[in-house]
Amino acid sequence: MSAAHDVHGHGHGQGHGHDEGHGSLRDYVWGFALSVILTAVPFWLVMSGAIADKGTTALVITGFAAVQIVVHMIFFLHMNARAEGGWNLLALLFTVVLVVIVLSGSLWVMYHLNHNMMPQGTMQGMEQAP
Amino acid sequence: MTPAEPHWSFLLGRLGPDAIPTEPIVLATFAVVALGGVALLAALTWFRLWGYLWKEWFTSVDHKKIGIMYMVLGLVMFLRGFADALMMRIQQAIAFNGSEGYLNAHHYDQIFTAHGVIMIFFVAMPFVTGLMNYVVPLQIGARDVSFPFLNNFSFWMTASGAALVMASLFVGEFAQTGWLAYPPLSGLAYSPNVGVDYYIWSLQIAGVGTTLSGINLIATIVKMRAPGMTMMRMPVFTWTSLCTNVLIVASFPVLTAVLVLLSLDRYVGTNFFTNDFGGSPMMYVNLIWIWGHPEVYILILPIFGVFSEITSTFSGKRLFGYSSMVYATVVITILSYLVWLHHFFTMGSGASVNSFFGITTMVISIPTGAKMFNWLFTMYRARIRFDLPMMWTVAFMLTFVIGGMTGVMLAVPPADFVLHNSLFLIAHFHNVIIGGVVFGVFAAINYWWPKAFGFRLEPFWGKVSFWCWVVGFWMAFTPLYVMGLMGVTRRMRVFDDPSLQIWFQIAAAGAFLIALGIVAMLIQYTVSILRRDELRDETGDPWNARTLEWSTSSPPPAYNFAFTPIVHDLDAWEDMKRAGVARPVDGFRPIHMPKNTGAGVILAGISAVCGFALIWHIWWLAVASFGALLITAIAHTFNYRRDFHIPAETVAETEATRARQLAALEGASA
Amino acid sequence: MSQSVLPPALTGRYYDLHEHDHPEGGSTMLGFWIYLMSDCLIFAMLFAAFGVLGGNLAAGPGPKDLFDLPLVALNTSMLLFSSITYGFAMLAMQRGQKGQTQLWLLITGLFGAAFLGIELYEFSHLIHEGATPQRSAFLSSFFTLVGTHGLHVTFGLVWLTVLMVQVGQRGLIAANKRRLMCLSLFWHFLDVVWIGVFTFVYLMGMLR
Repeated sequence: MSAAHDVHGHGHGQGHGHDEGHGSLRDYVWGFALSVILTAVPFWLVMSGAIADKGTTALVITGFAAVQIVVHMIFFLHMNARAEGGWNLLALLFTVVLVVIVLSGSLWVMYHLNHNMMPQGTMQGMEQAP
Repeated sequence: MTPAEPHWSFLLGRLGPDAIPTEPIVLATFAVVALGGVALLAALTWFRLWGYLWKEWFTSVDHKKIGIMYMVLGLVMFLRGFADALMMRIQQAIAFNGSEGYLNAHHYDQIFTAHGVIMIFFVAMPFVTGLMNYVVPLQIGARDVSFPFLNNFSFWMTASGAALVMASLFVGEFAQTGWLAYPPLSGLAYSPNVGVDYYIWSLQIAGVGTTLSGINLIATIVKMRAPGMTMMRMPVFTWTSLCTNVLIVASFPVLTAVLVLLSLDRYVGTNFFTNDFGGSPMMYVNLIWIWGHPEVYILILPIFGVFSEITSTFSGKRLFGYSSMVYATVVITILSYLVWLHHFFTMGSGASVNSFFGITTMVISIPTGAKMFNWLFTMYRARIRFDLPMMWTVAFMLTFVIGGMTGVMLAVPPADFVLHNSLFLIAHFHNVIIGGVVFGVFAAINYWWPKAFGFRLEPFWGKVSFWCWVVGFWMAFTPLYVMGLMGVTRRMRVFDDPSLQIWFQIAAAGAFLIALGIVAMLIQYTVSILRRDELRDETGDPWNARTLEWSTSSPPPAYNFAFTPIVHDLDAWEDMKRAGVARPVDGFRPIHMPKNTGAGVILAGISAVCGFALIWHIWWLAVASFGALLITAIAHTFNYRRDFHIPAETVAETEATRARQLAALEGASA
Repeated sequence: MSQSVLPPALTGRYYDLHEHDHPEGGSTMLGFWIYLMSDCLIFAMLFAAFGVLGGNLAAGPGPKDLFDLPLVALNTSMLLFSSITYGFAMLAMQRGQKGQTQLWLLITGLFGAAFLGIELYEFSHLIHEGATPQRSAFLSSFFTLVGTHGLHVTFGLVWLTVLMVQVGQRGLIAANKRRLMCLSLFWHFLDVVWIGVFTFVYLMGMLR
């Protein structure tokens, strides 16, 4: 259980929990303020219908969600390239890549399957009676 | 097919007298198992071994002990899974010319389902996990894994899952859906009984163990390497273990989620995978193979690592192309997420989707090919020692390559339209799993057994086993390739075409040869244990190997290394031998170690009870055991004293004994 | 395989003779982060199910019939507030102030409980209206995705309570600080998942 300590600095990670995962008051306040804005705007856009085109609205709120996730990562989760010798960031990036593959892949595959194989030919067909 | 209203009572759920099987074969099996089990328990009690087993093994958080327990579990389940295989071979060899064989559909369908589930989840996974658990901390110069308690807990969760599957043989029934349990067949409407629920809960419980084990080994490899062991100085087996555990953590959550959705359909009446109310059974197939494809790489990547270690050791040379081996492994890891649709080309996603996945599937064979060439180049111009590990390696190379080539054939969508779900597919995946994983596990056992137990495996019976397996495998599966190309479908119980019978008879003969191979292997273990004093290895390095695990005594002390090694090069032990490094003889310090604990056994046991209760709809027990689980887990977190120190004097004594042992060997050889 | 006895200098080069005990818990943060990534994948699967099946209303009620955006906005703000109050708890922990830490943890718990309460109210209202999880694939995937998030929040609150007891008993020792940091990661991660939920389930649902 005793882990070896650094002799040659082989990416062992700088802290034993010392310099990582620590924010400052500024970080939390900034993160909170940004999150409030990034939440309020999408809600307002949808509830008021300010942008006429629904497709555009969808894209805009997706963008806001992506930005707010990054805000959370940086200001609340203290994500940076140094934490755990870069392994945290690597794990996160790998997970993000996989999530993108799995989500987009599933949507693509299921769209084609439904189009070819379902009775009325499209996913919209499922809105009809069971 | 609407089922009759099932019987349910508050106290026992749907458990009733009809849960006891009436079929003669099952009853006979039950009798044998019950008698054998009672005999075993009686023997353990008579020889007063319970205390020893509990203190030294069941509650141990030592990665070496846990690794060995995984291997034992895998071996026991292997015998069950193989029995299922033998039964199928016999059935298919005789069910011609109007004969129904000796198995009815209800029984036969459970057998092929259980065979697949057991072999993948409770044989191959435990074997691979056991190997990684035992070897990786030693190879990286660490004293244990990052989370020793979690390691113990993971093992017991896997064992609990296995126990539930075994219980289904005698209490109720197992699923009759095939090993992946596709809906709608696995949904409530078509499988209303307990079989699919046994399937779901045993996999969910074992899955928790596997996922946690994945997290554990990644953290271990990242954080606990000896000083100087950079990533590119890690042994190849450690690299493949890292990638395997990344695959585990990145794929088992998918299985967990999909099984949750299936169980919601079955328990709550949701409509994820139903035929009506908007459900989509095709979505299940899509999601489960997103897990399923990485799963097969989880099984094979550690084995590639095993073969790298064995090839370089028995060729007496550094592995050829270390960097390309590492890159190939990483590429395989990432690409394994881009091929999953090749398991259902025929479901109807169309040409563009099929072409994309067909191409990615062909591409993923390239890094594996690169590995093959690296092994061959390592062997080139080497003085090769054909001990059993190396024999298994050569058999793997020849067998696995052919299996891989049939895989590339299947990767071509138009070809797959003919071959999907035929015996050709069965032959292909058994070719790569047996030729790859099984041969690899046998190679690994022969290679690392002396390290784990301090004596070698006796070679004669090992060679008998080897030849029986290699000849038996080809005899059992070549007929399946032939029949698959002729169009014969998988999972068939009875046949109309009498010209097929000869092929099935040859296949059955092959299966019997394999059975002999298994018997020979068990004889090998028994004889070796009985003659262990003659086969003793005191050097700790019987193969003249190259990685750090061979620098310890056999078996290693509990703490692995009295002083953590400092690494300067690839093949760290070979480097130390060449430099002529002397072992430290004094200055030993107390060593910080984790304490044994029963919490893992208890938590896993309660989980098994909870699973059983959910299967049989004994709701009060499910709620109570879940509550007990939470309370026990929370109580465990209140235990802050989980470690102790091995005193310096004990370390000094152990090391002095080792030094005397080595000096005696040197004196004898002088 | 002989080993010649060479000067200790070589031994010292290949063995760490001055090794000191590594402080325990060195792998905990990385291990917990990797667990969170695996949890992320579970949610991704539930999002995938919702993405594929979310349009399958089976002639039943859809998002426009069911979703109450002002209520969801209130919910979201409860969770967001709880994130910053947990942050304040962490700051107090770094300063070694046990009482302050406990106070902010309590407030976080209250916000979390408010989030859950509102969500349970929303669910019971939906079920009362006949929009049960069994009604359609859309509703099955809605309840499962949002409900799984809610279950995680519930588990987080149980964990929070246990930690408050343990901090109360043993103070801000290293082990408890590690646990608080893990819960911090968990709690903020749940807020990240909620961003996905309110965007893709509620807001997009109204746009479909």
